[in-house]
Amino acid sequence: MENLLNIKDLSVSFKTDEGIVRAVDSVSLTINKGEVLGLVGESGCGKSVTSMSILRLVSSPPGSIDSGEITFDNKNLLSLPIEELRKIRGKSISMIFQEPMTALSPLHCIGNQLVETLQFHTNINTKKAWQVGEEWLHKTGISDPVKNMYAYPFQLSGGMCQRVMIAMALMLDPKLIIADEPTTALDVTIQAQVFDLMREMKKKDTSLLLITHNMGIIWEMCDRVAVMYASEIVEVGTVMGIFKKPLHPYTEALLNSIPLISVKRNKLESIPGQVPSPLNYPKGCRFQDRCKYTFDKCRREHPPLYNIGGNQARCFLAEDRNK
Amino acid sequence: MENFNKPILDINNLKTYFPIRRGILSRTVGYIRAVDGVNLEIHQGETLGLVGESGCGKTTLARTIVRLDQAKSGSILFEGNDILTKDEKNIRLLRNKIQIIFQDPFSSLNPRMTVMDILTEGLIEHRVIHLRQKKEEALQLLNNVAMDADALHRYPHEFSGGQRQRISIARAISTKPGLVICDEAVSALDVSIQAQVINLLIELRNEHKLSYLFISHDLSIVSNIADRTAVMYLGKIVEYADTSTIINKPLHPYTKALISAIPRAGILKEKRTILKGDVPSPSNPPSGCRFHPRCPIAEKRCSEEEPQLEEKNKNHFVACHLIPTSKNSY
Repeated sequence: MENLLNIKDLSVSFKTDEGIVRAVDSVSLTINKGEVLGLVGESGCGKSVTSMSILRLVSSPPGSIDSGEITFDNKNLLSLPIEELRKIRGKSISMIFQEPMTALSPLHCIGNQLVETLQFHTNINTKKAWQVGEEWLHKTGISDPVKNMYAYPFQLSGGMCQRVMIAMALMLDPKLIIADEPTTALDVTIQAQVFDLMREMKKKDTSLLLITHNMGIIWEMCDRVAVMYASEIVEVGTVMGIFKKPLHPYTEALLNSIPLISVKRNKLESIPGQVPSPLNYPKGCRFQDRCKYTFDKCRREHPPLYNIGGNQARCFLAEDRNK
Repeated sequence: MENFNKPILDINNLKTYFPIRRGILSRTVGYIRAVDGVNLEIHQGETLGLVGESGCGKTTLARTIVRLDQAKSGSILFEGNDILTKDEKNIRLLRNKIQIIFQDPFSSLNPRMTVMDILTEGLIEHRVIHLRQKKEEALQLLNNVAMDADALHRYPHEFSGGQRQRISIARAISTKPGLVICDEAVSALDVSIQAQVINLLIELRNEHKLSYLFISHDLSIVSNIADRTAVMYLGKIVEYADTSTIINKPLHPYTKALISAIPRAGILKEKRTILKGDVPSPSNPPSGCRFHPRCPIAEKRCSEEEPQLEEKNKNHFVACHLIPTSKNSY
């Protein structure tokens, strides 16, 4: 399959009062054409920072991209002049943010925001652009698009705002859509609507990077999944593979701790302890204190990403676990 | 519903309305019917789950029970006494026995108090313990929620979300309440921490014979802790039964849609029922059945006549015209 986006050895850090925090540590990822890649992890693991770095949206200072390369269309996005990058933002790579209410401008009506995006990237007169906007509102299932073009975000519900965001993200026919927790702020019935819409609207060769903390969503939407823990990638594999046989103990624990509906268990399996502070990662494996398979080597050495039959896992036991 | 023990909490036809005021004279032009005729019972040692989407009135119901919001009509009997008719002084005594755990562990703990003060404030206020016993009691409470003694003199900001929620739980059980209301108590936490906190709640329930009203928008979490579950939609209970019945044999079309909307791992991606549209505004609820504009099976009758919550099967209450009542109890 053809490579669309290639992240190589990306490291991002933030200056804080307590010291320098490595939010993303040597992350490498590839997204193929037409693929849906899920990026999963707990809050603070660096998944959002990774996705924001792709379009250089990490505010600097306090953040800075220390090293790495992000190749898209034979261009390194990290060294591209900002004028060039602006042409990519919103056009070839578009983004859907977590909170639709705050991602849209509260001072401009929906129509103007859609028209602005269209006119920035294409030569289209305002009247025509307005029509295109209306069409897309209609396509994303917003009732009465003629009227709602004049609506301000606060007049719409969360689900409707997210539809506007989807319309905005899709109307310029992007090659890659980055969706950062697109439904976390929404109710389950609205979430189902939004995912249904995204699946329907996405063209065959459009790729999607879907960031979430919900394994159920990964299962429903994704082809491949990357699991992040404490600023690092700990496992990459196909969704089927990871659900069947997680190679990293963290993935396994994450899958076990999901509260499943219709299975009433007396005790949920939980991961003991908590995520280590990024100011003070332990020597060796970062999951060592919470892992039930830890042995002395895990405390001494930092495990590399092992390649096991097309999947990758950052665990000394990965090979044994694959058997 | 027949049951040998008396309910600890008995809610009858409870209504909580918020006035909508307009104009310079702030005249009341209408009401938001946040809770509109709810009947529920919680028995001793039982966990009742309450699920529904945002804005359906779950939190208002919880706040009405502890008298943080004023009810319009109806009654709430706690251990046989009506909460709603109590005066200010008696309400304070009541707050001993009904405790609440809020959703956001970052704003529900006073940032200027140490953990020891937070945990014992209620006990000292109600003169349950003497100041001298403060430390000992706080240690005991921390121990109950599996936290270290060195937390005692620290402040809330030094803890992670999961730990803060443990502190909230310890505070809630400090006065030995009969009923604990958990209002989205684990929703703000990560999955791995969520499981820890749910397990803790279950342990404490068994140990201290607590009753919970467990409110959540997430049916899968509720299914892991609740004995019985009530589904709420726009201020009304639409279905109410044992949790296993709700999950395995839901009858109300809204419950069915709610269950099918949950993204689930490990199950074949089946065709889902996807509801159209948003939840209507509670200031102007639809006529007849409140769910009819979004309901996949609605008929003409649904828009005209409001369905009542009826016992369709034994111990299974549903508010829907189109579900037949079965004669045989199973």
